[in-house]
Amino acid sequence: MKVPVSYSFRNLWTRRLTTILTASGMALVVFVFAAILMLAEGLQKTLVDTGSWDNVVLIRKGSQSEVQSGIERLQASVIETQPEVAVGPGGRRMLAKEVVVLISLPKRGTDKPSNVIIRGVSEESLAMRPQVKLVEGRLPRPSSSEIIAGESVSRRFTGAGIGETLRFGMRDWTVVGIFDAGNTGFSSEIWGDADQLMQAFRRPVYSSVIFKLRDASAFDAFKARVESDPRLTVEAKRETRFYADQSEMMAKFLRILGMSLTIIFSLGAVIGAMITMYAAVANRTAEIGTLRALGFQRRSILGAFLMEALLLGFIGGTVGLFFASFLQLLTISTLNFQTFSELAFSFTLTVEIVWQALLFSLIMGFVGGVLPAFRASRMKIVDALRTT
Amino acid sequence: MRTLKLLIRNAFRHKLRTGLTILGITIAILAFGMLRTMVNAWYAGVEASSANRLVIRNAISLVFPLPLAYKDKIRQVNGVTLVSWGNWFGGVYIEEKNFFPNFAVDPRSFLALYPEYIIPDLQRATFLNDRKGAVAGKKIAEKFGWKVGDTVTLKGTIFPGNWEFTIRAIYRGKDRSVDETQFFFHWDYLNETMKKTAARRADQAGYYIIGIANPNLAGEVSTTIDATFKNSLAETLTETEKAFQMSFVSMTEAILIAIQLVSIVIIVIIMAVVANTMAMTARERIGEYAVFKTLGFGGWFIAGLIFGESLIISLTGTAIGIGLTFPVAAAFADYLGTYFPIFFVERQTVFMDIAAGTVVGLVAALFPTWRAVRIRIADGLRRIG
Repeated sequence: MKVPVSYSFRNLWTRRLTTILTASGMALVVFVFAAILMLAEGLQKTLVDTGSWDNVVLIRKGSQSEVQSGIERLQASVIETQPEVAVGPGGRRMLAKEVVVLISLPKRGTDKPSNVIIRGVSEESLAMRPQVKLVEGRLPRPSSSEIIAGESVSRRFTGAGIGETLRFGMRDWTVVGIFDAGNTGFSSEIWGDADQLMQAFRRPVYSSVIFKLRDASAFDAFKARVESDPRLTVEAKRETRFYADQSEMMAKFLRILGMSLTIIFSLGAVIGAMITMYAAVANRTAEIGTLRALGFQRRSILGAFLMEALLLGFIGGTVGLFFASFLQLLTISTLNFQTFSELAFSFTLTVEIVWQALLFSLIMGFVGGVLPAFRASRMKIVDALRTT
Repeated sequence: MRTLKLLIRNAFRHKLRTGLTILGITIAILAFGMLRTMVNAWYAGVEASSANRLVIRNAISLVFPLPLAYKDKIRQVNGVTLVSWGNWFGGVYIEEKNFFPNFAVDPRSFLALYPEYIIPDLQRATFLNDRKGAVAGKKIAEKFGWKVGDTVTLKGTIFPGNWEFTIRAIYRGKDRSVDETQFFFHWDYLNETMKKTAARRADQAGYYIIGIANPNLAGEVSTTIDATFKNSLAETLTETEKAFQMSFVSMTEAILIAIQLVSIVIIVIIMAVVANTMAMTARERIGEYAVFKTLGFGGWFIAGLIFGESLIISLTGTAIGIGLTFPVAAAFADYLGTYFPIFFVERQTVFMDIAAGTVVGLVAALFPTWRAVRIRIADGLRRIG
């Protein structure tokens, strides 16, 4: 015969203060656990979405980011004539020679400066990034001092809103449009005309060459040939790989920090649950004796107490997840150590994270409850009844 | 004295429960201490900066250089005693994960500006005389097993190619707030090579660092320098070394705030655990408190009993936690030295630990005390279990 679930539930209800304290401890842990998973997911999603699988990025060999890289005009032209480059509508090659530099801009409100990527683009750049869409204003006219800003940059930096001007390279640059690149790294960039920017920054070389593959599977052959070409000193990567590599250090840092915190926190919460359950068992010794005398088996007692602990964990998990889900409204912006520029990303809650967090809270409840439950189930009837 | 004995007896009446609670506090204080130390490590660069040094960089951003010719104009500015310049080299030693900061510096002026890097005289002389020589920090020298005279090759990321250096000196810091994981070499080596391979990048300094006679002149000197180069191709931004280091910290502010928040969350979690323990303890002893009241002890005495017990538990946990923080921090510094070159527990952190432990103890006792003090004797005696 099994002890009804309502027995476990009502036990928790009777000792509300203890239940609330224990469950809120667990809720905080689940909150942190979910927050970290959501952050890692958001970061990953941002950087994976930034690239396209059939685009190839070429940067100078040995440089790790576009900012460090430099590709001479001559080399860029050699790459342009490769047969793997796709041909777009109108017979133009789907290839962009871009220049990428960092400028430091003051943030709105605080005036603290931070590094923003400014990308000099050519006509094909936009066509190759379908995720980038103009949401306000217009595109810059070619060969003019006009720029467009990513949504998250225009919101956070002084002078990057539509109609405003930024001053760098001895020129004033008018922001004529805002583009939305969804959850991608491009949202944290400013785009302008490549040739104008190269002039302004006195930088006669491109930073990277990006093109669309005619045949997405031809990448390996292309990479092998281009990297052994004596005229070129470049390195080719798929765009998706390129952006994933750039966030590797950051993602690793977040993961190590997050996981060690979660482990430490969960230890604290498990101890809390254990204390609560031991006390629950100790307080109810006589009750357990009565239950056993009534004919409930050891297994049923074990089950009842485990159920109580699992319920405790479940309450904590649900509350924690509930509050964590509000984090989705937040956007985090921080410096990516590897590219040395600002990157904005948001907490992302997925169904998988919900399951993981709930499972985690149940595990905490189980670990905290298993020892006390065993103690309860192993009591001798006579001894248990004798204690008052 | 007798009261203290009573408190300790009370605290350890439930050995298992008290043990578990203390363990929980230990873990929480340990985590709290580590997180605070991590925050301090973040500010290490700011702390180590000197008020007598100013940093001059290109106004657009750090990735743009300044012409070498500026050095003479800067030297003419009133109040400037020393001018040094350098470049962030960004070289990689074998693999990217072996990261350490490496700079090309003008050696004489650099060593004069940074007296906190201590180098034996003989090594100093050989370093200054060898253009391919380099100075490495004690920690990275130990990590990679470098000795004076060894050849080290760095792969350039900003300046292409493989660069060979001979370790001529190993520096140690004046105190433990000095970063001992850096690597410096002759700026001329970089410049002469650039002249041969990429002439347009030669004679360009990444930044200038200047010494000033008096920290009070910082504002004036900065304004004069920036005004000198206003409306030129490379406008400058001059700030104190502290402000310069601070700009890096503020760029990663989001992470920093998260760590600080989390360090408070752990304290709140443990507060819930201890409060729970105290609530259970007080509930079980309601009968005893009624007896105390019957004997004539006042509400203050009972409040003292509960607060005292709570504090004994939380402070025992805190003490063990603080004791463990030091070895754990040392192990952490060994393991994650790449991210945090300076990682040690400051005295202030210990005080914060103690404060956190005390707050936990006090807050945990509040609610049970309120209940125990208010209970009427008859009700208290009537209760069973």
